[in-house]
Amino acid sequence: MTLQEGLAVTDAVTTPRQSPRRGVRLGLGNWLLPLYAILALVFLLIPIAYTFVFSFNNSVKSNIVWRGFTFDKWLNVCDQIDVCVAFGNSLIIGVTATIAATVLGTMIAIALVRYRFRFRSAISLLLFLPMATPEVVLGAGLASEFLGAGVEKGLGTIIIAHTMFCVSFVVVTVKARVSTLDPALEEAGRDLYGSPNQVFWRITFPLLLPGIIAAALLSFALSFDDFIITNFNAGTTSTFPKYIYISAARGIPAEANVIASAVFILAIVLVLISQISSAMKRKKLAANGG
Amino acid sequence: MAFSAFATGTAKEQAPRRKSRIALLLLLPGILYLMLFFLVPLVSLVITSFQQPIPFGDIGEYQTAFKWENYVDVVNTYGEHIFRSFGYAILATIFALLFSYPLAYFIGVTARRWPLVQNLMLVLVIAPFFISFLLRTLAWKSLLSDESFVISGLKALSLMAPDAHFTGTPAAVIFGLTYNFIPFMTLPLYSTLERLDTRLLEAGSDLYSKPSMTFFKVTVPLSMSGIVSGVLLTFIPAAGDYINASRDFLGGTGTQMIGNVIESNFLVTLNYPAAAALSIILMAVILVMVTVYVKRSGTEDLL
Repeated sequence: MTLQEGLAVTDAVTTPRQSPRRGVRLGLGNWLLPLYAILALVFLLIPIAYTFVFSFNNSVKSNIVWRGFTFDKWLNVCDQIDVCVAFGNSLIIGVTATIAATVLGTMIAIALVRYRFRFRSAISLLLFLPMATPEVVLGAGLASEFLGAGVEKGLGTIIIAHTMFCVSFVVVTVKARVSTLDPALEEAGRDLYGSPNQVFWRITFPLLLPGIIAAALLSFALSFDDFIITNFNAGTTSTFPKYIYISAARGIPAEANVIASAVFILAIVLVLISQISSAMKRKKLAANGG
Repeated sequence: MAFSAFATGTAKEQAPRRKSRIALLLLLPGILYLMLFFLVPLVSLVITSFQQPIPFGDIGEYQTAFKWENYVDVVNTYGEHIFRSFGYAILATIFALLFSYPLAYFIGVTARRWPLVQNLMLVLVIAPFFISFLLRTLAWKSLLSDESFVISGLKALSLMAPDAHFTGTPAAVIFGLTYNFIPFMTLPLYSTLERLDTRLLEAGSDLYSKPSMTFFKVTVPLSMSGIVSGVLLTFIPAAGDYINASRDFLGGTGTQMIGNVIESNFLVTLNYPAAAALSIILMAVILVMVTVYVKRSGTEDLL
Protein backbone atom coordinates (compact mmCIF):
# COMPACT_ATOMS: atom_id res chain seq x y z
CA MET A 1 0.00 0.00 0.00
CA THR A 2 1.38 3.41 -0.87
CA LEU A 3 0.83 6.58 1.12
CA GLN A 4 -1.95 7.89 -1.06
CA GLU A 5 -3.68 4.56 -0.91
CA GLY A 6 -3.63 4.92 2.82
CA LEU A 7 -5.11 8.37 2.54
CA ALA A 8 -7.91 7.07 0.35
CA VAL A 9 -8.65 4.31 2.85
CA THR A 10 -8.67 6.75 5.76
CA ASP A 11 -10.98 8.87 3.70
CA ALA A 12 -13.52 6.11 3.26
CA VAL A 13 -13.17 4.91 6.85
CA THR A 14 -13.45 8.24 8.62
CA THR A 15 -16.35 9.61 6.62
CA PRO A 16 -19.55 8.91 8.53
CA ARG A 17 -21.96 6.65 6.74
CA GLN A 18 -25.59 7.42 6.34
CA SER A 19 -28.30 4.90 6.90
CA PRO A 20 -29.26 3.28 3.62
CA ARG A 21 -31.99 5.00 1.70
CA ARG A 22 -33.82 3.82 -1.33
CA GLY A 23 -31.63 4.17 -4.41
CA VAL A 24 -32.64 6.15 -7.46
CA ARG A 25 -33.86 4.87 -10.73
CA LEU A 26 -31.18 4.56 -13.35
CA GLY A 27 -31.57 6.79 -16.35
CA LEU A 28 -29.29 4.78 -18.58
CA GLY A 29 -31.26 1.60 -18.57
CA ASN A 30 -31.35 -0.59 -15.52
CA TRP A 31 -28.64 -3.02 -16.49
CA LEU A 32 -25.95 -0.80 -17.96
CA LEU A 33 -24.53 0.65 -14.75
CA PRO A 34 -24.45 -2.64 -12.76
CA LEU A 35 -22.79 -4.34 -15.72
CA TYR A 36 -20.19 -1.60 -15.90
CA ALA A 37 -19.52 -1.79 -12.14
CA ILE A 38 -18.96 -5.55 -12.32
CA LEU A 39 -16.64 -5.24 -15.32
CA ALA A 40 -14.73 -2.42 -13.61
CA LEU A 41 -14.19 -4.54 -10.51
CA VAL A 42 -13.07 -7.49 -12.62
CA PHE A 43 -10.57 -5.19 -14.32
CA LEU A 44 -9.23 -4.08 -10.93
CA LEU A 45 -8.78 -7.68 -9.84
CA ILE A 46 -7.03 -9.03 -12.96
CA PRO A 47 -3.43 -8.45 -11.75
CA ILE A 48 -4.27 -10.04 -8.39
CA ALA A 49 -5.61 -13.15 -10.09
CA TYR A 50 -2.52 -13.23 -12.30
CA THR A 51 -0.16 -13.01 -9.31
CA PHE A 52 -2.09 -15.73 -7.49
CA VAL A 53 -2.20 -18.10 -10.46
CA PHE A 54 1.51 -17.69 -11.15
CA SER A 55 2.35 -18.58 -7.54
CA PHE A 56 1.47 -22.16 -8.61
CA ASN A 57 3.67 -22.04 -11.69
CA ASN A 58 6.32 -24.73 -11.90
CA SER A 59 8.78 -22.08 -13.02
CA VAL A 60 12.50 -22.63 -13.33
CA LYS A 61 14.10 -19.24 -12.94
CA SER A 62 11.90 -16.44 -14.14
CA ASN A 63 8.18 -16.72 -13.72
CA ILE A 64 6.79 -15.48 -17.02
CA VAL A 65 5.89 -18.57 -19.06
CA TRP A 66 3.40 -21.08 -17.67
CA ARG A 67 5.17 -24.42 -17.10
CA GLY A 68 2.54 -26.41 -15.25
CA PHE A 69 0.83 -26.48 -11.89
CA THR A 70 2.67 -27.18 -8.64
CA PHE A 71 2.24 -26.66 -4.89
CA ASP A 72 6.00 -26.81 -4.58
CA LYS A 73 6.60 -23.06 -4.26
CA TRP A 74 4.00 -22.75 -1.51
CA LEU A 75 5.53 -25.61 0.45
CA ASN A 76 9.16 -24.54 0.04
CA VAL A 77 8.95 -20.75 -0.03
CA CYS A 78 12.30 -20.30 1.67
CA ASP A 79 14.21 -22.24 -0.97
CA GLN A 80 14.65 -18.78 -2.44
CA ILE A 81 16.39 -17.56 0.69
CA ASP A 82 16.64 -13.93 -0.54
CA VAL A 83 12.85 -13.62 -0.77
CA CYS A 84 12.47 -14.89 2.77
CA VAL A 85 15.15 -12.60 4.18
CA ALA A 86 13.54 -9.61 2.43
CA PHE A 87 10.13 -10.64 3.72
CA GLY A 88 11.50 -11.01 7.26
CA ASN A 89 13.04 -7.54 7.08
CA SER A 90 9.74 -6.10 5.89
CA LEU A 91 7.98 -7.71 8.85
CA ILE A 92 10.51 -6.34 11.38
CA ILE A 93 10.31 -2.86 9.84
CA GLY A 94 6.53 -2.98 9.60
CA VAL A 95 5.99 -4.04 13.20
CA THR A 96 8.51 -1.59 14.70
CA ALA A 97 7.38 1.40 12.63
CA THR A 98 3.72 0.56 13.32
CA ILE A 99 4.23 0.50 17.08
CA ALA A 100 6.21 3.74 17.09
CA ALA A 101 3.82 5.58 14.74
CA THR A 102 0.72 4.33 16.56
CA VAL A 103 1.98 5.55 19.95
CA LEU A 104 3.11 8.96 18.62
CA GLY A 105 0.02 9.47 16.44
CA THR A 106 -2.52 8.41 19.09
CA MET A 107 -1.04 10.88 21.58
CA ILE A 108 -1.28 13.69 19.03
CA ALA A 109 -4.86 12.73 18.11
CA ILE A 110 -5.99 12.83 21.75
CA ALA A 111 -4.30 16.20 22.27
CA LEU A 112 -5.87 17.66 19.10
CA VAL A 113 -9.41 16.76 20.05
CA ARG A 114 -9.30 17.15 23.83
CA TYR A 115 -7.08 20.13 24.52
CA ARG A 116 -6.72 23.72 23.59
CA PHE A 117 -3.29 25.04 22.76
CA ARG A 118 -1.55 27.59 20.63
CA PHE A 119 -0.15 26.91 17.16
CA ARG A 120 -2.99 24.51 16.42
CA SER A 121 -3.14 25.38 12.72
CA ALA A 122 0.65 25.15 12.34
CA ILE A 123 0.55 21.69 13.89
CA SER A 124 -2.33 20.64 11.63
CA LEU A 125 -0.32 21.78 8.63
CA LEU A 126 2.74 19.86 9.83
CA LEU A 127 0.56 16.74 10.06
CA PHE A 128 -1.11 17.28 6.70
CA LEU A 129 1.96 18.08 4.58
CA PRO A 130 3.66 14.65 4.72
CA MET A 131 0.51 13.13 3.21
CA ALA A 132 0.46 15.66 0.35
CA THR A 133 4.16 15.40 -0.47
CA PRO A 134 5.20 13.03 -3.27
CA GLU A 135 7.07 10.01 -1.94
CA VAL A 136 10.19 10.75 -4.01
CA VAL A 137 10.53 14.08 -2.23
CA LEU A 138 10.06 12.51 1.23
CA GLY A 139 12.58 9.81 0.36
CA ALA A 140 15.19 12.09 -1.17
CA GLY A 141 14.83 14.60 1.69
CA LEU A 142 15.44 12.04 4.42
CA ALA A 143 18.29 10.51 2.46
CA SER A 144 19.96 13.89 2.10
CA GLU A 145 19.53 14.50 5.84
CA PHE A 146 21.12 11.12 6.67
CA LEU A 147 23.89 11.85 4.19
CA GLY A 148 24.61 15.23 5.77
CA ALA A 149 24.59 13.75 9.27
CA GLY A 150 26.80 10.85 8.21
CA VAL A 151 24.25 8.22 9.27
CA GLU A 152 24.78 4.81 7.73
CA LYS A 153 21.65 3.62 5.91
CA GLY A 154 20.08 0.32 6.92
CA LEU A 155 17.24 -1.23 8.87
CA GLY A 156 17.25 1.68 11.37
CA THR A 157 16.93 4.42 8.76
CA ILE A 158 14.10 2.54 7.02
CA ILE A 159 12.23 2.27 10.35
CA ILE A 160 12.73 6.01 10.99
CA ALA A 161 11.39 6.82 7.51
CA HIS A 162 8.35 4.55 7.79
CA THR A 163 7.45 5.84 11.25
CA MET A 164 7.56 9.38 9.85
CA PHE A 165 5.03 8.83 7.07
CA CYS A 166 2.75 6.62 9.19
CA VAL A 167 2.27 9.16 12.03
CA SER A 168 -0.07 11.42 10.02
CA PHE A 169 -2.27 8.50 8.99
CA VAL A 170 -2.54 7.32 12.58
CA VAL A 171 -3.56 10.84 13.64
CA VAL A 172 -6.35 11.06 11.02
CA THR A 173 -7.72 7.61 11.82
CA VAL A 174 -7.60 7.88 15.62
CA LYS A 175 -8.81 11.49 15.60
CA ALA A 176 -12.00 10.41 13.84
CA ARG A 177 -12.59 7.96 16.69
CA VAL A 178 -11.71 10.40 19.50
CA SER A 179 -14.19 12.96 18.23
CA THR A 180 -17.04 10.43 18.37
CA LEU A 181 -16.28 9.69 22.05
CA ASP A 182 -18.84 10.95 24.53
CA PRO A 183 -16.96 13.04 27.15
CA ALA A 184 -19.78 12.21 29.59
CA LEU A 185 -18.41 8.68 29.96
CA GLU A 186 -15.09 9.99 31.23
CA GLU A 187 -16.87 12.50 33.44
CA ALA A 188 -18.85 9.65 34.97
CA GLY A 189 -15.57 7.88 35.70
CA ARG A 190 -14.18 10.99 37.42
CA ASP A 191 -17.40 11.50 39.38
CA LEU A 192 -16.98 7.97 40.70
CA TYR A 193 -13.56 8.95 42.06
CA GLY A 194 -11.52 7.28 39.33
CA SER A 195 -7.97 8.61 39.22
CA PRO A 196 -6.98 10.19 35.89
CA ASN A 197 -4.92 7.07 35.23
CA GLN A 198 -7.84 4.76 35.91
CA VAL A 199 -10.18 6.87 33.80
CA PHE A 200 -7.80 6.76 30.86
CA TRP A 201 -6.95 3.06 30.95
CA ARG A 202 -10.38 1.74 31.97
CA ILE A 203 -12.62 4.06 29.95
CA THR A 204 -10.91 6.18 27.29
CA PHE A 205 -8.41 3.63 26.00
CA PRO A 206 -10.85 0.72 25.53
CA LEU A 207 -13.24 3.04 23.69
CA LEU A 208 -10.44 4.25 21.43
CA LEU A 209 -9.10 0.76 20.80
CA PRO A 210 -10.99 0.04 17.53
CA GLY A 211 -9.63 3.29 16.04
CA ILE A 212 -6.14 2.51 17.28
CA ILE A 213 -6.26 -0.99 15.81
CA ALA A 214 -7.48 0.36 12.46
CA ALA A 215 -4.66 2.90 12.48
CA ALA A 216 -2.07 0.24 13.31
CA LEU A 217 -3.29 -2.05 10.51
CA LEU A 218 -3.17 0.84 8.05
CA SER A 219 0.36 1.76 9.17
CA PHE A 220 1.53 -1.81 8.78
CA ALA A 221 0.03 -2.06 5.30
CA LEU A 222 1.65 1.25 4.28
CA SER A 223 5.02 0.24 5.65
CA PHE A 224 4.92 -3.28 4.23
CA ASP A 225 4.29 -2.15 0.65
CA ASP A 226 6.39 1.01 0.65
CA PHE A 227 9.03 1.04 -2.02
CA ILE A 228 9.94 4.58 -3.07
CA ILE A 229 10.87 6.02 0.34
CA THR A 230 12.54 2.74 1.32
CA ASN A 231 14.65 2.69 -1.82
CA PHE A 232 16.21 6.06 -0.91
CA ASN A 233 16.96 5.09 2.69
CA ALA A 234 17.72 1.36 2.64
CA GLY A 235 21.39 1.23 1.73
CA THR A 236 22.08 -2.45 1.07
CA THR A 237 19.23 -3.71 3.27
CA SER A 238 16.59 -5.62 1.35
CA THR A 239 12.85 -5.40 1.88
CA PHE A 240 10.13 -7.34 0.07
CA PRO A 241 9.19 -4.54 -2.39
CA LYS A 242 12.85 -3.66 -2.91
CA TYR A 243 13.61 -7.29 -3.69
CA ILE A 244 10.89 -7.27 -6.36
CA TYR A 245 12.17 -4.01 -7.86
CA ILE A 246 15.72 -5.33 -8.11
CA SER A 247 14.73 -8.73 -9.51
CA ALA A 248 12.27 -7.22 -12.01
CA ALA A 249 15.04 -6.99 -14.59
CA ARG A 250 15.95 -10.70 -14.45
CA GLY A 251 12.55 -12.10 -13.53
CA ILE A 252 10.67 -12.53 -10.26
CA PRO A 253 10.78 -16.04 -8.75
CA ALA A 254 7.38 -17.65 -8.09
CA GLU A 255 8.20 -17.62 -4.37
CA ALA A 256 7.59 -13.85 -4.35
CA ASN A 257 4.10 -14.50 -5.76
CA VAL A 258 3.54 -17.04 -2.99
CA ILE A 259 4.39 -14.50 -0.26
CA ALA A 260 2.34 -11.74 -1.89
CA SER A 261 -0.65 -14.07 -2.34
CA ALA A 262 -0.43 -15.32 1.24
CA VAL A 263 -0.32 -11.75 2.58
CA PHE A 264 -3.25 -10.85 0.34
CA ILE A 265 -5.39 -13.75 1.57
CA LEU A 266 -4.57 -12.93 5.20
CA ALA A 267 -5.48 -9.25 4.71
CA ILE A 268 -8.76 -10.05 2.94
CA VAL A 269 -9.73 -12.53 5.67
CA LEU A 270 -9.00 -9.89 8.33
CA VAL A 271 -11.13 -7.32 6.48
CA LEU A 272 -14.01 -9.76 6.04
CA ILE A 273 -13.89 -10.78 9.71
CA SER A 274 -14.03 -7.15 10.83
CA GLN A 275 -16.89 -6.45 8.41
CA ILE A 276 -18.88 -9.45 9.60
CA SER A 277 -18.25 -8.76 13.29
CA SER A 278 -19.32 -5.12 12.98
CA ALA A 279 -22.45 -6.18 11.05
CA MET A 280 -23.27 -8.67 13.79
CA LYS A 281 -22.69 -6.04 16.48
CA ARG A 282 -25.09 -3.67 14.70
CA LYS A 283 -27.70 -6.42 14.51
CA LYS A 284 -27.26 -7.20 18.21
CA LEU A 285 -27.57 -3.53 19.14
CA ALA A 286 -30.67 -3.18 17.01
CA ALA A 287 -32.17 -6.29 18.62
CA ASN A 288 -31.42 -5.03 22.14
CA GLY A 289 -32.67 -1.54 21.38
CA GLY A 290 -35.89 -2.72 19.75
CA MET B 1 -12.75 13.94 3.78
CA ALA B 2 -9.15 13.27 4.53
CA PHE B 3 -8.16 16.65 3.19
CA SER B 4 -10.49 18.31 5.61
CA ALA B 5 -9.71 15.92 8.43
CA PHE B 6 -7.32 18.48 9.84
CA ALA B 7 -9.69 21.38 9.52
CA THR B 8 -9.40 23.15 12.81
CA GLY B 9 -12.62 25.11 12.98
CA THR B 10 -15.07 22.60 14.40
CA ALA B 11 -12.70 21.00 16.89
CA LYS B 12 -11.80 24.37 18.37
CA GLU B 13 -15.23 25.21 19.69
CA GLN B 14 -15.62 21.81 21.30
CA ALA B 15 -12.16 21.51 22.79
CA PRO B 16 -12.48 22.28 26.48
CA ARG B 17 -9.86 24.47 28.08
CA ARG B 18 -7.79 22.13 30.17
CA LYS B 19 -4.30 21.80 31.54
CA SER B 20 -2.17 22.60 28.55
CA ARG B 21 0.82 20.89 30.13
CA ILE B 22 -0.76 17.52 29.38
CA ALA B 23 -1.43 18.62 25.81
CA LEU B 24 2.21 19.60 25.47
CA LEU B 25 3.38 16.22 26.76
CA LEU B 26 1.06 14.44 24.35
CA LEU B 27 2.07 16.53 21.35
CA LEU B 28 5.77 16.99 21.93
CA PRO B 29 7.20 13.56 20.97
CA GLY B 30 5.25 13.26 17.72
CA ILE B 31 5.71 16.86 16.66
CA LEU B 32 9.44 16.77 17.39
CA TYR B 33 9.66 13.57 15.41
CA LEU B 34 7.94 15.13 12.39
CA MET B 35 10.11 18.24 12.63
CA LEU B 36 13.26 16.16 12.77
CA PHE B 37 12.36 13.68 10.02
CA PHE B 38 10.00 15.68 7.80
CA LEU B 39 10.79 19.40 8.10
CA VAL B 40 14.57 19.17 8.55
CA PRO B 41 14.84 16.87 5.48
CA LEU B 42 12.96 19.47 3.39
CA VAL B 43 15.35 22.17 4.58
CA SER B 44 18.22 19.80 3.89
CA LEU B 45 16.91 19.34 0.32
CA VAL B 46 16.81 23.09 -0.22
CA ILE B 47 20.40 23.47 1.05
CA THR B 48 21.60 20.53 -1.03
CA SER B 49 19.98 21.96 -4.15
CA PHE B 50 22.34 24.96 -4.01
CA GLN B 51 25.51 22.97 -3.33
CA GLN B 52 28.49 22.79 -5.64
CA PRO B 53 31.10 20.06 -6.12
CA ILE B 54 34.19 20.27 -3.91
CA PRO B 55 37.11 21.30 -6.15
CA PHE B 56 39.24 18.22 -6.85
CA GLY B 57 36.83 16.15 -4.69
CA ASP B 58 35.49 12.69 -5.38
CA ILE B 59 32.19 12.00 -7.13
CA GLY B 60 29.37 12.69 -4.69
CA GLU B 61 31.32 15.23 -2.60
CA TYR B 62 29.68 18.62 -2.37
CA GLN B 63 30.08 21.77 -0.32
CA THR B 64 27.57 24.36 0.78
CA ALA B 65 27.22 27.23 -1.69
CA PHE B 66 24.56 29.32 -3.32
CA LYS B 67 24.74 27.87 -6.78
CA TRP B 68 21.27 28.74 -8.02
CA GLU B 69 22.39 27.78 -11.53
CA ASN B 70 21.68 24.20 -10.45
CA TYR B 71 18.01 24.97 -11.04
CA VAL B 72 18.67 26.36 -14.52
CA ASP B 73 20.77 23.32 -15.31
CA VAL B 74 18.18 20.76 -14.29
CA VAL B 75 15.41 22.58 -16.14
CA ASN B 76 17.57 22.66 -19.26
CA THR B 77 18.61 19.02 -18.95
CA TYR B 78 15.39 17.51 -17.65
CA GLY B 79 12.71 19.97 -18.81
CA GLU B 80 11.27 17.25 -21.01
CA HIS B 81 10.99 14.84 -18.06
CA ILE B 82 9.30 17.45 -15.87
CA PHE B 83 6.82 18.28 -18.62
CA ARG B 84 6.19 14.60 -19.34
CA SER B 85 5.56 13.80 -15.65
CA PHE B 86 2.80 16.36 -15.33
CA GLY B 87 1.34 15.43 -18.73
CA TYR B 88 1.16 11.73 -17.83
CA ALA B 89 -0.19 12.52 -14.37
CA ILE B 90 -2.95 14.80 -15.73
CA LEU B 91 -4.02 12.20 -18.31
CA ALA B 92 -3.97 9.38 -15.76
CA THR B 93 -6.06 11.52 -13.40
CA ILE B 94 -8.67 12.22 -16.10
CA PHE B 95 -8.89 8.54 -17.09
CA ALA B 96 -9.14 7.48 -13.45
CA LEU B 97 -11.96 9.99 -12.88
CA LEU B 98 -13.89 8.78 -15.94
CA PHE B 99 -13.38 5.17 -14.90
CA SER B 100 -14.24 5.67 -11.24
CA TYR B 101 -17.25 7.97 -11.32
CA PRO B 102 -19.80 5.44 -12.63
CA LEU B 103 -18.34 2.73 -10.38
CA ALA B 104 -18.49 4.95 -7.29
CA TYR B 105 -21.99 6.08 -8.26
CA PHE B 106 -23.16 2.50 -8.50
CA ILE B 107 -21.65 1.52 -5.14
CA GLY B 108 -22.64 4.71 -3.32
CA VAL B 109 -26.10 5.42 -4.75
CA THR B 110 -27.59 2.53 -6.71
CA ALA B 111 -26.38 -0.21 -4.35
CA ARG B 112 -27.79 1.52 -1.24
CA ARG B 113 -30.65 -0.92 -1.26
CA TRP B 114 -28.24 -3.81 -0.70
CA PRO B 115 -25.75 -2.94 2.07
CA LEU B 116 -24.11 -6.35 1.74
CA VAL B 117 -23.38 -5.83 -1.97
CA GLN B 118 -22.15 -2.34 -1.17
CA ASN B 119 -19.68 -3.61 1.44
CA LEU B 120 -18.48 -6.46 -0.73
CA MET B 121 -17.84 -4.13 -3.67
CA LEU B 122 -15.92 -1.72 -1.44
CA VAL B 123 -13.71 -4.56 -0.26
CA LEU B 124 -13.04 -5.44 -3.91
CA VAL B 125 -12.15 -1.81 -4.71
CA ILE B 126 -9.50 -1.76 -1.98
CA ALA B 127 -8.38 -5.35 -2.65
CA PRO B 128 -5.51 -4.22 -4.92
CA PHE B 129 -4.01 -2.41 -1.90
CA PHE B 130 -3.32 -5.75 -0.25
CA ILE B 131 -1.06 -7.05 -2.95
CA SER B 132 2.31 -5.54 -3.75
CA PHE B 133 2.13 -2.41 -5.93
CA LEU B 134 5.19 -3.64 -7.83
CA LEU B 135 3.78 -7.11 -8.49
CA ARG B 136 0.50 -5.64 -9.73
CA THR B 137 2.42 -3.51 -12.21
CA LEU B 138 4.57 -6.46 -13.31
CA ALA B 139 1.42 -8.52 -13.79
CA TRP B 140 0.18 -5.96 -16.32
CA LYS B 141 3.58 -6.01 -17.99
CA SER B 142 3.23 -9.75 -18.63
CA LEU B 143 -0.45 -9.52 -19.53
CA LEU B 144 0.22 -6.80 -22.09
CA SER B 145 3.57 -7.99 -23.43
CA ASP B 146 3.99 -8.61 -27.17
CA GLU B 147 3.46 -12.37 -26.69
CA SER B 148 0.34 -11.96 -24.53
CA PHE B 149 -2.98 -13.02 -25.95
CA VAL B 150 -4.40 -9.49 -25.55
CA ILE B 151 -1.77 -7.89 -27.75
CA SER B 152 -1.47 -10.79 -30.22
CA GLY B 153 -5.25 -10.84 -30.42
CA LEU B 154 -5.35 -7.14 -31.25
CA LYS B 155 -2.71 -7.72 -33.90
CA ALA B 156 -4.62 -10.67 -35.38
CA LEU B 157 -7.67 -8.43 -35.64
CA SER B 158 -5.48 -5.79 -37.34
CA LEU B 159 -6.35 -3.31 -34.60
CA MET B 160 -2.65 -2.96 -33.93
CA ALA B 161 0.24 -2.87 -36.38
CA PRO B 162 2.06 -6.23 -36.44
CA ASP B 163 5.39 -4.68 -35.38
CA ALA B 164 3.91 -2.37 -32.72
CA HIS B 165 4.51 -2.74 -28.99
CA PHE B 166 2.44 -1.70 -26.03
CA THR B 167 4.83 -2.06 -23.09
CA GLY B 168 7.56 0.55 -23.16
CA THR B 169 5.32 3.19 -24.72
CA PRO B 170 3.86 6.32 -23.09
CA ALA B 171 0.41 4.72 -23.42
CA ALA B 172 1.54 1.80 -21.24
CA VAL B 173 2.90 4.15 -18.56
CA ILE B 174 -0.33 6.18 -18.53
CA PHE B 175 -2.29 2.93 -18.40
CA GLY B 176 -0.23 1.76 -15.42
CA LEU B 177 -0.57 5.07 -13.57
CA THR B 178 -4.33 5.04 -14.19
CA TYR B 179 -4.75 1.46 -13.01
CA ASN B 180 -2.61 1.86 -9.90
CA PHE B 181 -4.35 5.00 -8.70
CA ILE B 182 -7.98 4.16 -9.55
CA PRO B 183 -8.87 3.16 -5.97
CA PHE B 184 -7.69 6.59 -4.70
CA MET B 185 -10.21 8.13 -7.01
CA THR B 186 -13.02 5.68 -6.35
CA LEU B 187 -12.93 5.80 -2.54
CA PRO B 188 -13.33 9.56 -2.01
CA LEU B 189 -15.93 9.71 -4.80
CA TYR B 190 -17.81 6.90 -3.11
CA SER B 191 -17.74 8.60 0.27
CA THR B 192 -19.37 11.78 -1.07
CA LEU B 193 -21.83 10.01 -3.37
CA GLU B 194 -22.80 7.76 -0.48
CA ARG B 195 -24.18 10.84 1.31
CA LEU B 196 -25.91 12.24 -1.79
CA ASP B 197 -29.54 13.04 -1.00
CA THR B 198 -31.39 11.28 -3.80
CA ARG B 199 -34.52 13.36 -3.19
CA LEU B 200 -32.65 16.20 -4.89
CA LEU B 201 -32.32 14.09 -8.04
CA GLU B 202 -36.04 13.32 -7.88
CA ALA B 203 -36.70 17.04 -7.53
CA GLY B 204 -34.64 17.60 -10.68
CA SER B 205 -36.70 15.13 -12.70
CA ASP B 206 -39.94 16.46 -11.22
CA LEU B 207 -38.94 19.83 -12.62
CA TYR B 208 -38.72 18.24 -16.09
CA SER B 209 -34.94 18.16 -16.23
CA LYS B 210 -33.41 15.57 -18.53
CA PRO B 211 -31.38 12.88 -16.69
CA SER B 212 -28.15 14.24 -18.22
CA MET B 213 -29.01 17.75 -17.05
CA THR B 214 -29.81 16.53 -13.53
CA PHE B 215 -26.47 14.74 -13.53
CA PHE B 216 -24.42 17.79 -14.51
CA LYS B 217 -26.44 20.37 -12.56
CA VAL B 218 -27.13 18.39 -9.38
CA THR B 219 -25.07 15.23 -8.96
CA VAL B 220 -21.69 16.57 -10.12
CA PRO B 221 -21.78 19.81 -8.08
CA LEU B 222 -22.88 17.89 -4.98
CA SER B 223 -20.02 15.43 -5.35
CA MET B 224 -17.43 18.16 -5.98
CA SER B 225 -15.59 17.60 -2.70
CA GLY B 226 -15.12 13.94 -3.58
CA ILE B 227 -13.93 14.84 -7.08
CA VAL B 228 -11.39 17.31 -5.67
CA SER B 229 -10.10 14.82 -3.07
CA GLY B 230 -9.87 12.06 -5.67
CA VAL B 231 -8.09 14.24 -8.20
CA LEU B 232 -5.49 15.32 -5.62
CA LEU B 233 -5.02 11.79 -4.31
CA THR B 234 -4.42 10.54 -7.85
CA PHE B 235 -2.47 13.44 -9.30
CA ILE B 236 0.12 13.94 -6.55
CA PRO B 237 1.41 10.36 -6.39
CA ALA B 238 1.12 9.91 -10.18
CA ALA B 239 3.32 12.95 -10.83
CA GLY B 240 6.04 11.67 -8.49
CA ASP B 241 5.82 7.98 -9.39
CA TYR B 242 8.74 6.28 -11.05
CA ILE B 243 7.79 2.62 -10.91
CA ASN B 244 5.34 2.55 -13.82
CA ALA B 245 7.69 4.56 -16.03
CA SER B 246 10.73 2.46 -15.14
CA ARG B 247 12.23 0.36 -17.94
CA ASP B 248 11.83 -2.89 -15.99
CA PHE B 249 8.12 -2.18 -15.51
CA LEU B 250 5.81 -0.55 -18.06
CA GLY B 251 8.10 2.18 -19.36
CA GLY B 252 10.81 2.42 -21.97
CA THR B 253 13.69 4.70 -22.82
CA GLY B 254 11.43 7.56 -23.90
CA THR B 255 9.06 7.49 -20.95
CA GLN B 256 11.27 8.47 -18.01
CA MET B 257 9.53 10.75 -15.55
CA ILE B 258 10.87 13.21 -13.01
CA GLY B 259 10.88 10.51 -10.31
CA ASN B 260 13.16 8.30 -12.42
CA VAL B 261 15.57 11.19 -12.89
CA ILE B 262 15.58 12.05 -9.18
CA GLU B 263 16.26 8.40 -8.34
CA SER B 264 19.09 7.97 -10.82
CA ASN B 265 20.72 11.27 -9.89
CA PHE B 266 20.52 10.56 -6.19
CA LEU B 267 21.27 6.84 -6.04
CA VAL B 268 23.28 6.12 -9.18
CA THR B 269 25.29 9.14 -10.33
CA LEU B 270 25.37 10.68 -6.81
CA ASN B 271 24.50 14.10 -8.24
CA TYR B 272 22.72 15.17 -5.05
CA PRO B 273 22.25 18.86 -5.94
CA ALA B 274 20.48 17.97 -9.19
CA ALA B 275 18.24 15.43 -7.44
CA ALA B 276 17.44 17.96 -4.70
CA ALA B 277 16.69 20.78 -7.15
CA LEU B 278 14.36 18.48 -9.12
CA SER B 279 12.59 17.44 -5.90
CA ILE B 280 12.05 21.07 -4.92
CA ILE B 281 10.73 21.87 -8.40
CA LEU B 282 8.36 18.87 -8.28
CA MET B 283 7.04 19.89 -4.90
CA ALA B 284 6.68 23.57 -5.85
CA VAL B 285 4.81 22.82 -9.09
CA ILE B 286 2.49 20.42 -7.26
CA LEU B 287 1.75 22.97 -4.53
CA VAL B 288 0.99 25.69 -7.10
CA MET B 289 -1.20 23.42 -9.24
CA VAL B 290 -3.07 22.09 -6.21
CA THR B 291 -3.72 25.58 -4.86
CA VAL B 292 -4.98 26.88 -8.21
CA TYR B 293 -7.11 23.79 -8.75
CA VAL B 294 -8.66 23.92 -5.31
CA LYS B 295 -9.41 27.65 -5.68
CA ARG B 296 -10.91 27.11 -9.14
CA SER B 297 -13.17 24.30 -8.06
CA GLY B 298 -14.46 26.41 -5.18
CA THR B 299 -13.55 24.02 -2.40
CA GLU B 300 -10.96 26.00 -0.45
CA ASP B 301 -12.23 24.64 2.82
CA LEU B 302 -10.82 21.25 1.87
CA LEU B 303 -7.32 22.41 2.64
